[in-house]
Amino acid sequence: MAFAAGAVVMIVLPLIGLLQRVSWSTLLSDLSAHDAFVALRLSLEVSLGALAIALVFGLPLAWILARHRFPGRALLRGLVTLPMVLPPVVGGIALLYAFGRRGLAGQVIYDLTGWRFVFNTSGAMLAAAFVSMPFLIVTAEASFRSMDRRGEEAAATLGASPAYRFRRVTLPAVAPALAAGAALSWARALGEFGATITFAGNLPGSTQTTPLLIYLDIESGHEATALALSLVLLLVSLGVLVGLRDRWLGNP
Amino acid sequence: MRSRPTTVLLAALAASSLALAGCGSSSPTASSTTSTTAGSSPSTAAPITGSLDVFAAASLTGAFNSAKTTLARANPGLNLTYNFAGSNTLVTQIQQGAPADVFASADTKNMDKLVAAGLVDTPVTFARNKLEIAVAPGNPKHITGLADLAKPGVTVVLEAPGVPAGDYARAVLASQHITVRPKSLETDVKSALVKVTSGEADATVVYVTDVAAAGSAVTGVAVPDSLQPTITYPIAVVKATKNHAAAQAFVDSAVSGAVQKALEAAGFLPPQ
Amino acid sequence: MSLSAQVRLRLGELDLGVDLDVDEQAPVAIVGPNGAGKTTFLRALAGLVPLDAGRVSVGGTVVEDPAGQIRLAPEERGLGVVFQEPRLFDHLSALENVAFGLRARGVSRNEARARAEAWLERVGLPQVARMRPRQLSGGQAQRVALARALVTEPAVLLLDEPLAAVDMSARAELRHLLRQELKRYPGVRIVVTHDPVEAAALAERLVVIEEGRVTQDGLLVEVTAHPRSRWVADMVGLNLWEGTASGTSVRVGADATVVTADPLEGSVFVSFRPNAVTLHRRRPEGSARNVWCLQVQELNPTGDRARLRLGGPVTLVAEVTAGAVSELSLADGGTVWASVKATDLVAYPV
Repeated sequence: MAFAAGAVVMIVLPLIGLLQRVSWSTLLSDLSAHDAFVALRLSLEVSLGALAIALVFGLPLAWILARHRFPGRALLRGLVTLPMVLPPVVGGIALLYAFGRRGLAGQVIYDLTGWRFVFNTSGAMLAAAFVSMPFLIVTAEASFRSMDRRGEEAAATLGASPAYRFRRVTLPAVAPALAAGAALSWARALGEFGATITFAGNLPGSTQTTPLLIYLDIESGHEATALALSLVLLLVSLGVLVGLRDRWLGNP
Repeated sequence: MRSRPTTVLLAALAASSLALAGCGSSSPTASSTTSTTAGSSPSTAAPITGSLDVFAAASLTGAFNSAKTTLARANPGLNLTYNFAGSNTLVTQIQQGAPADVFASADTKNMDKLVAAGLVDTPVTFARNKLEIAVAPGNPKHITGLADLAKPGVTVVLEAPGVPAGDYARAVLASQHITVRPKSLETDVKSALVKVTSGEADATVVYVTDVAAAGSAVTGVAVPDSLQPTITYPIAVVKATKNHAAAQAFVDSAVSGAVQKALEAAGFLPPQ
Repeated sequence: MSLSAQVRLRLGELDLGVDLDVDEQAPVAIVGPNGAGKTTFLRALAGLVPLDAGRVSVGGTVVEDPAGQIRLAPEERGLGVVFQEPRLFDHLSALENVAFGLRARGVSRNEARARAEAWLERVGLPQVARMRPRQLSGGQAQRVALARALVTEPAVLLLDEPLAAVDMSARAELRHLLRQELKRYPGVRIVVTHDPVEAAALAERLVVIEEGRVTQDGLLVEVTAHPRSRWVADMVGLNLWEGTASGTSVRVGADATVVTADPLEGSVFVSFRPNAVTLHRRRPEGSARNVWCLQVQELNPTGDRARLRLGGPVTLVAEVTAGAVSELSLADGGTVWASVKATDLVAYPV
């Protein structure tokens, strides 16, 4: 109990510290600054884009990791969680080497199509997806692996193809866990800072997400705006994580 | 406020080193030290002792670190530690009671905040810097001056508002009526340089010291002296220091001693 | 349509080697002790467990043949399975569960619904159509599962202990439904069970699997009358001895010889009903020649009857009236004289 209370103190006390410094009387005017609104909207766009990327690419990988045996699976399983431990700034540099204009893949893409991720909203999404996708993959893989497979067997004997089974039986069965993983992944993307600033850059309206603006506001002495923006991020994430997570996981 | 557990001990230490610095002679360690490299001024000839926390702007990292070796050799009794960060962050830390003895800022604006709050002694200028355009090695886009930054097809990044280098650059560009549309407003000069070295941006504006530090990774294109803003680096003793003598000695060294030599080696201009 | 299977596979401790041909004439029950491989055999037929060797063909089409690199997925085999537990899809209504197989095969939504509704009615549950599996009782859920398997009209219907997970109270009713549906279903029907009552109710042919091998295969009446293993004898409640016959005399132990009605030679089984055993306080006089003095090893009263396990020169189970137990003052550890008439002993070659 005492240790559990310690955990609560460690996590909640800094948040309270933050709250007590928020300038409530000027909160609305702090948030109505043009850049603040633009950054919040961009954050929503970028975090949802990152979630879409994570779902489209992460889900199939989670499925393969959970259900197929192949050499190097353990290694791959470790690799996909690396962005969780890699300092995000290093992640950003790594993304530059891979998807930058001179990067391994980025150069090919740029030469063929003229498309570049850097200084572009798609780059911010890519950076956010890079750091947040592991959260979805790990959760999804665990649920694919631990779910009751008997329903899938029954579906197969009823003539359902693998794709039909996945859509009508597997997905609904893991939906709650998947939704929780998606919420976690989305929240991580929403707070993403280091990889974004290093890889995508910082320009209001295209790559300046809320965490970047918060950092710059603090660096340039606009603490009130920074705190107001932090408060919005906190409330939005808290709403999603508490509301949805409890509904999906708390009530079996 | 300060929260060191050993405040009393350090206060005693500071008092004794203050006395030594004041006498300028007969310290037990002075006789065993023959070095005069600690500084050319007679007031810094005596060894600096005790522990010293210097809070310095991130752009001073290279120069200050190279000076540390020299200082350590000349002052065996000195326990010098640095805390490098953005000037604004350092100001916040000192305001919150971080145990700083000396504050070296990259701009006067941040130093003025501490002066206004009465937290530092009168600052002195210890270095100056100049702006320079940084481009990819060999200057493939043939950029010859600030006006070229407005050319279509040239990808430029600058530093964000509030970051001194960016503010200086914007002021100079505005004075020349050059409209640059940066692709990104970087949080500091280092990340602006990364965008150039990684090939994402064709040019950025940083300090000459940054171009020098980057070596062959970038090429510098000079900004004419007539356009150069006044970029001065002020340094001051933090009033709450428990080792005033050492703090003052470090400030002196930055103005005209071993630290100043290291600054010059890194490309900084002398204070004058 | 018929099913022909030669199944060879190893799975953990189990070494399965079962050959079985089943036609559409009558339902077949596969019985055997726990761990004998019944369920694994069924799963192998369904394609849920791969064969190591052998071959499975349905209606002349080979669906699995490891040597020929043939292995059809479960969904390509056109069979239906009812599992021990209903395995309904929790997120679908009962009706959608029944319609699942049709929808998976591309039947239109409306037609699938109509056919599913008809089947729900047929299993007696039209009122649960919109209910979720969680709201159904165990018996109801298994009925829905039966309808779900049958609605696709599979050529082969496999049932794995379909009553085992159902409450005692709902079991008789469900067994009746299963019996009815299995009787009229026109395909190959195989039901795995460990319950002889269930086997007798549902099937006409009995296949016994013990330790991964078929130990007996025949018509229900034939198998139950002539058990060929201890397990089968226990299942049908008969005493079984193995011995060597010389005419009507069969040597069944080191010191025991019994007399039978029909003469045989060589290795034989001798079986008889427990209630054919008569118990006496003293050695009986008269014609019975199969008489032994035995010790009561176990006494189990069941209502107005009692079953006794007796040991001595021979081991047997006797069933007598409760009255006889008190009359003879039988108790664990006591001794008693037991006799069986030669005409009650059934002998048949091994």
